[in-house]
Amino acid sequence: MKHYEVEILDAKTKDKLCFLDKVEPNATIGEIKSMFHKSHPQWYPARQSIRLDPKGKSLKDEDVLQYLPVGTTATFYFRDLGAQISWVTVFLTEYAGPLLIYLMFYFRVPFIYASKYDFTTSKHWVVHLACMCHSFHYVKRLLETLFVHRFSHGTMPLRNIFKNCTYYWGFAAWMAYYINHPLYTPPIYGEQQIRLALIVFLFCQIGNFSIHIALRNLRPPGSKTRKIPYPTKNPFTWIFLLVSCPNYTYELGSWLGFTLMTQCLPVAAFTLVGFIQMTVWAKGKHRSYLKEFRDYPTLRSPILPFIL
Amino acid sequence: MTNPRRQLCWRSVFVTFAVCTGTMASGEEDRTVEEKETNNKKRTKGAIATAWLTFYNIAMTAGWLVLAVVMVRYYLQKGTHKGLYKNIARTLKFSQTFALLEVGHCAIGIVRTSVIVTGVQVCSRIFMVWFITNSIRQIQNEESVILFVVVWTITEITRYSFYTFNLLNHLPYFIKWARYNMFIVMYPLGVIGELLTIHAALPYVRRSGMYSLRLPNKYNVSFDYYYFLIIVMLSYIPLFPQLYFHMLRQRRRVLHGEIVVEKDE
Repeated sequence: MKHYEVEILDAKTKDKLCFLDKVEPNATIGEIKSMFHKSHPQWYPARQSIRLDPKGKSLKDEDVLQYLPVGTTATFYFRDLGAQISWVTVFLTEYAGPLLIYLMFYFRVPFIYASKYDFTTSKHWVVHLACMCHSFHYVKRLLETLFVHRFSHGTMPLRNIFKNCTYYWGFAAWMAYYINHPLYTPPIYGEQQIRLALIVFLFCQIGNFSIHIALRNLRPPGSKTRKIPYPTKNPFTWIFLLVSCPNYTYELGSWLGFTLMTQCLPVAAFTLVGFIQMTVWAKGKHRSYLKEFRDYPTLRSPILPFIL
Repeated sequence: MTNPRRQLCWRSVFVTFAVCTGTMASGEEDRTVEEKETNNKKRTKGAIATAWLTFYNIAMTAGWLVLAVVMVRYYLQKGTHKGLYKNIARTLKFSQTFALLEVGHCAIGIVRTSVIVTGVQVCSRIFMVWFITNSIRQIQNEESVILFVVVWTITEITRYSFYTFNLLNHLPYFIKWARYNMFIVMYPLGVIGELLTIHAALPYVRRSGMYSLRLPNKYNVSFDYYYFLIIVMLSYIPLFPQLYFHMLRQRRRVLHGEIVVEKDE
């Protein structure tokens, strides 16, 4: 069995960073990253980007050395992705924040509203309902992060946690301030509006959860395979016929429901910004589905059936 | 029946213009375009874009020149800056608002600058003109207003004539020099003028409660223009140095040909 030699150069300066000899032909990029980490302990594998070309795409951890277009002396280029943090950590932090922050406003913790309102409760029942819905939503997200989602990437750049937490925590505080305010005005159409909103909210929460379960079942544990999602026996997944990313569709629906329920402009703003971001993600996902699968159903739109 | 050779000549002129447009109308970037455009449609589009941009930049240069002349004449005649704002208000609003088109230029790609950068710059100008100076009468005779208007006028005349000469492919060195050196003084002066103006406006905003929304209301939101202005003033602290150092880096690159290694994101 012929052994390979691997040299790793810096993608920018082309300096020789590491030389590995007697590398097995069936070694994976992941294993090479571990070897590289030994000689450069500050660059743990998650922050290494190894590529064939300094300006090219990153190779995957699963790629096997002998199947790559390299000679017996393989030259790879390295780029530091910067400090990394795991997706699970980011998700847990960014979702725990809104849960706790909203409750602080709901219980009217001191120094938020005028002191005569400290620890009082709202006289409007919709405010209690909104707190239950909002809390349920984030508890669901936390549990899904821990038990449902199967992440393709292990890590993301560290700076993302600051960006994401600012977004989630900031909006949560802004919304919660007004909904739980002593001068809150309940919805114009009263009980009818709130009831309709609650139905929409619950429907979309169940839908969103159903999609997450369906996506999880596409992928065996520990794998990173990608398959086309199809409708299952669960009616909430039948939307896959029309949409590539129905999890985002249902998420939008949930927040529209919450907006209707609370009749609060900051909630509408949060829904709008979230919708814009999810549309960007959905379009990207839709495009990669089309690129990867020849037989991808043509009826599907990225996020809104027939529209977007 | 047109002479094919003559047609070819026109095409090469347009191509040169288009290539130069791609280069120089970028303004902020001043990159050299290496690729040649071979598609006929692209050439025609490039020609129309160049013609429009040339017209636009000449018009803007003229607009701000008019403003400069009016200001100088007023000061020479009256000897004071009081009442000057009323005279220039319409021209200032017109010229500055017209600059919104520049965001469109970036969006459709005939100018190679980021839409966001241009958007932020134009919006901050529009904000100063319409939401501060125009709507808060009491501060219109402040010296700080004159300060930033003068700074803007000098800066814009330099900038638009720079773009114009670039498009016409004949850039006098002193315009290039002015564009990449005057900002060193103009930028901080302009910021001082703007900040002092906003600061002067604060008491009137508080007293009148303008542009503000109180609780309770059916949208369950509130907005306090006074605190908003304070946040705007504070935002100058992180934003101004970033823009200033960006311009300094551009200057080093354009005037001294230094290669600045940009940090990869």
